[in-house]
Parts: sequence; C-alpha cells; structure tokens
Amino acid sequence: MMDKTKQINRHVYWNPYFGGFLLGLLIIFTFYITGRGLGASGAVKSSVVTVVNKVSPEHSENNAYYKKFLNGESSPMNNWLVFEALGVIMGAFLSGALTGRIKLKTQHSPKISANRRLFFALIGGLLFGFGAQIARGCTSGAALSGISVMATAGFISMICIFGTGYLVAYFFRKNWI
Amino acid sequence: MGPLIPNELIPAEWNFVLAILIGMAFGYIMEASGFSSSRKLVGVFYGYDFAVLKVFFTATIVALIGLHYMDYLNWIDLTELYIQPTYLWAAIVGGFIMGIGFLAGGFCPGTSLCAVGIGKIDGIVFTLGLFIGILIFSESFTWLQPLYEEYNLGHITLDKTLGISSYLIIFVFTIIAILAFYLSDKIRNRVKKVFY
Repeated sequence: MMDKTKQINRHVYWNPYFGGFLLGLLIIFTFYITGRGLGASGAVKSSVVTVVNKVSPEHSENNAYYKKFLNGESSPMNNWLVFEALGVIMGAFLSGALTGRIKLKTQHSPKISANRRLFFALIGGLLFGFGAQIARGCTSGAALSGISVMATAGFISMICIFGTGYLVAYFFRKNWI
Repeated sequence: MGPLIPNELIPAEWNFVLAILIGMAFGYIMEASGFSSSRKLVGVFYGYDFAVLKVFFTATIVALIGLHYMDYLNWIDLTELYIQPTYLWAAIVGGFIMGIGFLAGGFCPGTSLCAVGIGKIDGIVFTLGLFIGILIFSESFTWLQPLYEEYNLGHITLDKTLGISSYLIIFVFTIIAILAFYLSDKIRNRVKKVFY
C-alpha cells in the first residue's frame, strides 16, 4: 500500500518533534520508575545466552561472557529488557494495526532486488549486534538513554555510530537512493 | 523520591508489568514516527529524511532537561540513576562497527524490533543477524576481552569528563540541536526527494 500512494506516505507518520517529545517523556518516566533507561540489544543478548545455555550448558559455563549473564536458577530470559523488548514488538504492532501498516513484506529500493536487501539486512544486523556488545549497548541503551543521563559513553557512542554512518554512506548508496 | 523501584516505593513485582507497558509505549512511538521503515531511517544519511535526527535530538533534550529539572526539584536523585560506564576504545570501536551495520542493514536493534512488529521481512532478517553477531562476539570473547575491559573511565558523565557545568552542556547541546534542525530542513529542500 505504501508504493501505491506516495502522497499519503508523507503524512502518515507523526511529526518527528511530537514523536521525539513523547519519547523524551517516556525516557524520563522510565528513569523515574526503574532508575534505568530503555534498551533493545540486551534482549537479543539474553536470547543468545539462553539458546547457547540450552544447547550446551557446559560450553556456556566455560565462556567468560555467557557466564556474566547466567546466575544459577533464574533464566537469562527473566530480565527487564526481555519483557521491554516484547513490549516494543507489541507496541509497534498496535501502531501498525491502527494505521493499516501491517503486512508481511520486504521493503527495498526499486533499484535493488529483495534478496539483495535481505542479504545486506543480515550483514547489517550481524555487525550491529557485534558492535553493540563491544560498546555495551546500541542506539537505544547506549546512545539515547546514555545521553539522557549525560553519560560520556552515550555521547561517544552517538558520535561514532552516526559519524561512521556518514563516512560509509557513500559506499551503500546504491541500496538506498 | 525517584527512582521509585530502587527506592522501594513501588513493589518490585511491578517491574515486569511496567517493562511490558514501557516497551509498548517505546514501540508505539517509534513505529508511529516511521522507525519501522529502513528507508526512512537511513534518509538521515542521504539528506532526504531527517526524522531520525529530529526524534533523537528532541527526545534527548526533553529527557536531559526534564531529569535535571526533576533533580533540581528533588523529585529524583540523578546520582541514583544508572550511568553506563565509559570504556573509551570499546565505545569508539563498537560505535564504528554499529555505524557500518546501520548503513548496511538500515535498522538498529530497537527499530528492527518495530519492523518485526509490523511484519517486515527485512526487519526479521536483521534481528536474526543481531543474534548471529552477538553469538560471534560471545564465542570470540577471549580474543576481544582486552578491548572490552580496558580503558575503563568508570561511570562518568560528560560534565565530569569536560570539567564544565552540566547546565552549560545542556544549553550548548540544545543550541546544537536547534541549528541541526534548521540545517536539516535546508538540506532536505535541496536534495532530490526519495519516495518509499
């Protein structure tokens, strides 16, 4: 439906300042209630740790990184960020359902094939997941929540993520414009 | 005084209920702002859509000013909030890799979950990629451990790092954001429109 009506496309989303304002209030609320910020990659990490621990508990016990997130009886999925991430999917579904945006499809530039888009999505996800572990958080947890409480790491992450984005944008231009 | 759960003003059992509700609000706001669309997200790097920049800067300014004002009013204690530690080189290298991932994949972890929520296959594949990337990191942790654990500056905030007042930082950050908003509209008018 998006390809069909280009004019609608421009008006369908919220004003970014309105969305940003609400997101700012949500960050304040989250810190006020829980003392921590929002996150996203942490939930995927918990899933990775859980799966590896299910497949081979011996292996995860011998790895210093998995071990950080395994504490005896309690499952790594029993984690604030996992519930929050499930909420994110539900909230996005709700917004999409109310505006008729729910559709199983691959979004890509008409200049590239769907397979090419999916290949780059996989590589991009892989790099993002890898980088987020090194930096101890992604755009949500490190940059957005970090800057909200003035953490130095948050500013560094933001500048490096977006700065690198601008540096490499030229090489990926065929995929997007 | 906040934060409420760490100070036991709300029972800890509410933690997970609130996690889902907060997550839902987060997902709703991102999806409604267009963050479930990779082509809208990367627009910020090619100058045809600056929604990411506007939402990001507006949200951080509202949160920065709001939290500091609440601290001033004694409604919340900023020192009790979680400040992520700054591992200098880990943040730089990690940010660099994430930047490439952003341009290749068109999402970041939060926005890819949004895309999963409305059925985008590219979002699902990106999330699968996240899973693999985290697995590779964990499996090569011994090798990456020095980068991950060295150059620890502690749970430091920018006012301490730079040695200037936090209010001044917020003021300068706000000015930079307003300039960025102004410039982004100028740039967008000059760049060829991209429809998606």
